[in-house]
Amino acid sequence: MNELLKTLVVLLACFAALGHVALQALEIVIPEGWDSPTRIAVVPFGGPPLRDRPGPVRPLEIADVVSFDLLRSGQFDSLSSDNMLSHPTEPEEVFFRDWRLLGMDYLVIGRTWQETASAGQVSVVYHLFDVNVEREIKSAQLTAPVSAARDIAHRIADDVYEQVTGIRGAFSAQLLYVLVENVATASASYQLKIADSDGERARTVFRSNEPLLSPSWAPDARRVAYVSFETGRSTIVVQDLDTNARTHVATYPGINGAPTFSPDGNKLAMSLSRDGNPEIYIKNLVSGDLRRVTRRPSAIDTEPAWTPDGGSLIFTSDRGGQPQIYRKDLATSLVDRLTFQGDYNARGRLLPDGRHLIYVHRRNRIYHIAWQDLERDTLRVLTETALDESPSIAPNGMMMIYATQAQGRGILAVVSVDSRVRYMLPSAAGDVREPAWSPFLSTNVQVR
Amino acid sequence: MRHVLRTLSAVIVASVVLAGCKSQPEAVEETSAGSTPVAQPTTPSLPWPGEPVMPPPTDAEDNPLDSTTGLLLDHTFHFDFDQARLSESDLRLLATHAAHLRDLRNRSVIIEGHCDERGTREYNLALGERRAQAVALYLTSAGVHAVQIETVSYGEERPEDPGHDESAWAKNRRAMMIYR
Repeated sequence: MNELLKTLVVLLACFAALGHVALQALEIVIPEGWDSPTRIAVVPFGGPPLRDRPGPVRPLEIADVVSFDLLRSGQFDSLSSDNMLSHPTEPEEVFFRDWRLLGMDYLVIGRTWQETASAGQVSVVYHLFDVNVEREIKSAQLTAPVSAARDIAHRIADDVYEQVTGIRGAFSAQLLYVLVENVATASASYQLKIADSDGERARTVFRSNEPLLSPSWAPDARRVAYVSFETGRSTIVVQDLDTNARTHVATYPGINGAPTFSPDGNKLAMSLSRDGNPEIYIKNLVSGDLRRVTRRPSAIDTEPAWTPDGGSLIFTSDRGGQPQIYRKDLATSLVDRLTFQGDYNARGRLLPDGRHLIYVHRRNRIYHIAWQDLERDTLRVLTETALDESPSIAPNGMMMIYATQAQGRGILAVVSVDSRVRYMLPSAAGDVREPAWSPFLSTNVQVR
Repeated sequence: MRHVLRTLSAVIVASVVLAGCKSQPEAVEETSAGSTPVAQPTTPSLPWPGEPVMPPPTDAEDNPLDSTTGLLLDHTFHFDFDQARLSESDLRLLATHAAHLRDLRNRSVIIEGHCDERGTREYNLALGERRAQAVALYLTSAGVHAVQIETVSYGEERPEDPGHDESAWAKNRRAMMIYR
């Protein structure tokens, strides 16, 4: 039975001394015995060393980033460059026989160069080959500032993933999360951070000595909403990521919590206890109007999330005695209960198809993440650890990130929605929690 | 008249607050026929809101002191898992705080509600508010003015003990009265 699990330990170069790496993808566990993954070779790209950030750091290897992205999806097995028979960087250097011998299905090659016409710009050309039919199936030239070279790498991984699987890649999407240091001490510090999907390039969006929680993205990925205790009480803040301008959008008496943007980005659903107990409200961010959605005195109604069509809200309520997830149609005001198994089901999030629901599910006093098909009403427990919370789905609906604990510390973990692959993103320091996967991003990568 | 009404409503509210409390085991037992029940209920008499309780001694800054130890009066109240009910000993302690706040109307308190780490963060924010409100409800029903009381829930965000076991969780499920 223990052969069922093979553990691939992937060590990333850690530049912790420079403070760049806040999250480290340390371990990928891929259960064996499922459909064999697609075998791909991403050959080290040709060209001069790519230094995408200042300081004495190792040059960026585009191929490593692409390869690691694909590996984390669980759908690919990528070949180590040590095991390659040749290292082509141009199409005419490719001998398909070499790659067939190694059992490869696909091959990626490429090269990089610094643009001489526009300083600080780097260009990358890559070619994706189907080894079995001996044919190039995709090629593109991508240009970006050198500091955004990682965006190019993630973009290549997205393209390869989409060409091979038919599903849009989400490696360019980013992660929003909270990093807490020195919890339960006088010097506690809370940081709202954004990192690449592989945990790299973490940057601080906002820092406070008071708790920060419930971060969520606007659909345009240019704004985030979160709860801050910077005033000594809970406040909902919307922050513009381009200008860093912060707006306090809900400062009512009592709890101001659980903000989530509507699919059109103009409204914010939230939980407010201004009338004595937490109820669901919708704040129109354009007009400022506040609309009350639930009316259950003495019940806790919280954790609203929008259906993809924006026509309904799902939310957690203990109106039946224990927290369960309900859905309210905003046009008809009809409410239906969605969860029935277990005595604690909370913080639901819908997949982009609107049909599948993930949430925190308590079973035998342990908190898991569960996945439910709302049409067939089937439930599957996705995570094996205890104290799992805050599930968030990648924009292509293929992976789920959540917060859990390892060795007494808060870490982030990712599992595919078919639970075939899982990996962890521990922090170099402190506790990380409440991850939120961004929508698809438009990065500053130019494609030619 | 107003006073009577207030006392009456206080008793009603207190009944609601106490209704959920763990009741003392019934000590009354039927013995053989003809004999009178000997064991009387051993439930200690609770200070009901509105019942006169002596204000506690105070320090130079008008903070309430424990009359036996002379230290600051305990101001942390603990709760069972997923519950917002105050224990009988906490109600007794709260009655002394209420007497202090009735005596010194210029004093006010912030009541913080906290949870252990189990369960979702936003649900715990709501549960922490229920705990703070349970304390506030007792104080107002005991005659403390609403303007003297402010509540804030921190949910599970500010644990007393950063551990991840039953003993840490028990410490973290609490409401704290902070005198201002």
